[in-house]
Amino acid sequence: MITSETKTTPAWKGFKGGHWQEEINIRDFIQNNYSQYNGDESFLAGPTAATTSLNDQVLELKKQERAAGGVLDADTKVVATITSHGPGYIQKDLEKIVGLQTDKPLKRAFMPFGGIRMADDALKAYGYTPDEENDKIFSEYRKTHNQGVFDAYTPDMRKARHYKIVTGLPDAYARGRIVPDLPRVAVYGIDRLMKEKANDFAHIGDGELTDDVIRLREEVQDQYRALDDIKKMAASYGYDISQPATNAQEAVQWIYFAYLAAIKTQNGAAMSVGRIDTVMDIFIQRDLENGVIDESQAQELIDQFVMKLRMVRFIRTEEYNSLFSGDPIWATLSMCGLGLDGQHHVTKTAFRILKTLDNMGAAPEPNITILWSERLPEDFQRYATEVSINSSTIQYENDDLMRVQWGTDYYGIACCVSAQPVADGLQYFGARANLAKALLYAINGGRDEIAGDQVGPAYEPITSEYIDYDEFMRKLDKQMDWLADVYVNSLNAIHYMHDKYYYEAAQLALKDTDLNRTFATGISGLSHATDSISAIKYGHVKVIRNEKGIAVDFKADNDFPRYGNNDDRADDIAKWLVKELYAKMNTHHLYRGAKLSTSVLTITSNVVYGKNTGTTPNGRQKGEPFSPGANPAYGAEKNGALASLLSTAKLPYRYATDGISNTFGVTPSTLGHDLESRKDTLVNMLNGYMNNDGMHLNINVFNKETLIDAQKHPEEYPTLTVRVSGYCVYFADLTKEQQDDVISRTFFEQM
Amino acid sequence: MENQQDAVATKKEPLIGYVHSIETFGSVDGPGIRYVAFLQGCHMRCQYCHNPDTWKLNVGDQMTTDEILADAAKYRAFWGKTGGITVSGGESLVQIDFILELFEKAKAMNISTCLDTSGQPFTREQPFFDKFERLMKVTDISLVDIKHINSAEHKKLTQYGNENILDMVQYMAEHHKDMWIRHVLIPQRTDYDNYLTELGEYIATIPNNVVQKVEVLPYHTMGVKKYHEMKIKYRLEGIESPTSDRVANAEKLLHTADYNGYKTWMPLPKL
Repeated sequence: MITSETKTTPAWKGFKGGHWQEEINIRDFIQNNYSQYNGDESFLAGPTAATTSLNDQVLELKKQERAAGGVLDADTKVVATITSHGPGYIQKDLEKIVGLQTDKPLKRAFMPFGGIRMADDALKAYGYTPDEENDKIFSEYRKTHNQGVFDAYTPDMRKARHYKIVTGLPDAYARGRIVPDLPRVAVYGIDRLMKEKANDFAHIGDGELTDDVIRLREEVQDQYRALDDIKKMAASYGYDISQPATNAQEAVQWIYFAYLAAIKTQNGAAMSVGRIDTVMDIFIQRDLENGVIDESQAQELIDQFVMKLRMVRFIRTEEYNSLFSGDPIWATLSMCGLGLDGQHHVTKTAFRILKTLDNMGAAPEPNITILWSERLPEDFQRYATEVSINSSTIQYENDDLMRVQWGTDYYGIACCVSAQPVADGLQYFGARANLAKALLYAINGGRDEIAGDQVGPAYEPITSEYIDYDEFMRKLDKQMDWLADVYVNSLNAIHYMHDKYYYEAAQLALKDTDLNRTFATGISGLSHATDSISAIKYGHVKVIRNEKGIAVDFKADNDFPRYGNNDDRADDIAKWLVKELYAKMNTHHLYRGAKLSTSVLTITSNVVYGKNTGTTPNGRQKGEPFSPGANPAYGAEKNGALASLLSTAKLPYRYATDGISNTFGVTPSTLGHDLESRKDTLVNMLNGYMNNDGMHLNINVFNKETLIDAQKHPEEYPTLTVRVSGYCVYFADLTKEQQDDVISRTFFEQM
Repeated sequence: MENQQDAVATKKEPLIGYVHSIETFGSVDGPGIRYVAFLQGCHMRCQYCHNPDTWKLNVGDQMTTDEILADAAKYRAFWGKTGGITVSGGESLVQIDFILELFEKAKAMNISTCLDTSGQPFTREQPFFDKFERLMKVTDISLVDIKHINSAEHKKLTQYGNENILDMVQYMAEHHKDMWIRHVLIPQRTDYDNYLTELGEYIATIPNNVVQKVEVLPYHTMGVKKYHEMKIKYRLEGIESPTSDRVANAEKLLHTADYNGYKTWMPLPKL
């Protein structure tokens, strides 16, 4: 039916029309309506009294939370849904943007759908008693994701998991990593979105109800109901979001309600905010031009929105916390970048978002990500690097690389570093496999180097005194085949069950019905695997075995090239490992026709992976942490920071499209003698790295001494934040082990 | 075949430089991010020198100018509009033949060049002076370390007087060669108001607005370890870094805030 009925609504007054009126198309809305900003930060406003008062209350609650051992309050009875809790406030009369996950600030919701045992263990870890009735319901009457996965796992998969050659799999908690198109709610209102989903539903399949068609029909019904629930939840706060937002306050609020629905129902490892900067700016700009609000009020909206993102909480088990330390939720908020037309997307609101770190102090969430290009305006580049120097809270990702890879300028960062087209992309998160351990399995004939048990395929181990490179490579090939098989198929089981038992209806309701799926995998221990292979190839490695014949130590006779020095002999090994594991995984069936992707990012799990991995031929001792993400091994870098960056930049993004994370630590004096020089240095460094196809960079600017002092006197550094692989944490919230790891990481400094 | 062999036979032996170390990420060694080659060898024996391992001549890694430039060029993307290569030391001018060839080739590749020197080898005698004049033609900017304004004190501190060093500054200024002036602030050695005032006045007389930046570098004790390792007596034992108040005082007396050319400096030849 050809109709013009949707073309106009009073809420859109002043906006330039386009395809976006006829279809759900936020990218087109942005392209038609955004205002570039090329100036500097001088227009920005400080916090309002209301913001400061609210922020003080939140900081006080955070202090109480830390004093209480990490959790301030937790629900044991109410099972979290979009509408399970009545409205909650910090101080209602001061809040411009309202909405909490539960009925009280920082109170954690009960989320059993991922797995009842995990939910109960999390409660017990913080001294809460699980509710008996809920236990009965979710053990006897309602199956969870976790039970589904374990019903399907093969003995081999259980073994791989138990011996930690694959770790962190989302088989007992939500997989997360979905970037919902939150601005849809502000631009269109819920009713229009429901209407479009109803229309999609009517066109699923041709009447032949195959498994695929049945599943999608059920999912879209769930999405439709979730939209209705979001509307009801907003109504409980006194807002009718059935129609588009009519002003900036409503736009920010509508977007936040959409996000709130996601974090009320899913405890994903990453709960991304996606791209909201330009759409918020369009609404703010319209109100500013019409004199509805002034700059201070505009900033207040952004400050209070960001404040809410800082308050998101999930209750986790100790095991989970040891993997992802510091209570991260990856409310990743990505912004800027260029349009496909080459025009940059820096708006005043990008500045306002950075300004929140000044107005409310540094904080780890949201995980602010700047989609960087050399072509972003210089004033913005310099302001961003100044914020980095002051707070170490920003990460930078290569827009020129991602825009081309994903073919769109409307993508968001899904987790720590993974890109995802906002409208029609979906990533199935899949943790990571331990390549350094696979290498030891090759030497030990598939026996675990710590437990001594047979885990991988029982091929003949290497028995010679010195490792022969060719023999080793043949054996590594077999172990990698096995690892790729067991890893990918574990993920097939996980995603099947996740869709079945813990479907993300609220987030997927805000995406296109027809999705391009990617099947995310990941690699840990890349630097150690690389250097170990290099040692075997160039260093003449001697094996020292225990009484069971397991290789427990190695001696390299000669020095060998190491990854991190811009030396192709080592860097080519790293590239090969990424491509080879990808190729092996890609031979397998991938759930729902997803396209394979991989990553070289570890978050803080590098510590746990290292703990569970024996001594490696590169000289890393048993139990020592891996280097994080794609970073070179500790102490391997001999040619300075830029050589190290260029080694990382060589890793092929085309395969590792989920991200190649690099965490860079530098002392202020190494960047320059004054602030202006330091900003120059960082801008040039980012441009250089990204122009060499470097994908991601965390930037930490502080002295090692500061961290050592903060470890001794945490009370004096309550807001000291550090960027670890792909996210940001309060230093005080890390475990002692992880603090030590951060302190021992390479800091580039000069005398 | 024969011709080719002839060509090889008559080819000049490439110049060899003695390199102490390479830093790919130099951000305090001239404008922008710079690839810094620290050359081996220095005649001065500054009491506070934090790199005594660079004193010896004709040791260290042997590299040709082509090798250095090929390696440096890998980092070109990091240099932005102002970065490039810096030659430091040791005392860079000790190997003037080598840096002359290096800088001439660098400029031909449109790479910005920066010379970090204490000026000690400078003389208007030949053959040095002719080489120096050629070197200046291919040097975008120099970092000149004035160790002490008073020549007698300079000699105590470094074993050499400063007359030729100030003469080098004069030459550079007369030829419109841009520079940063640096001065290490050491309690009980250079941190005296009268000398700082004198140095400040001297810098103000340098003509042609060539001074783009004046930096006070606070003395630090990070080099002491090397002395112990090398079993050389450290002559500043017990002297601490200057306080931030004294650094601010020195900056005031040297009028560092007046020299802001570095903020907009570009490595283009002046017309």
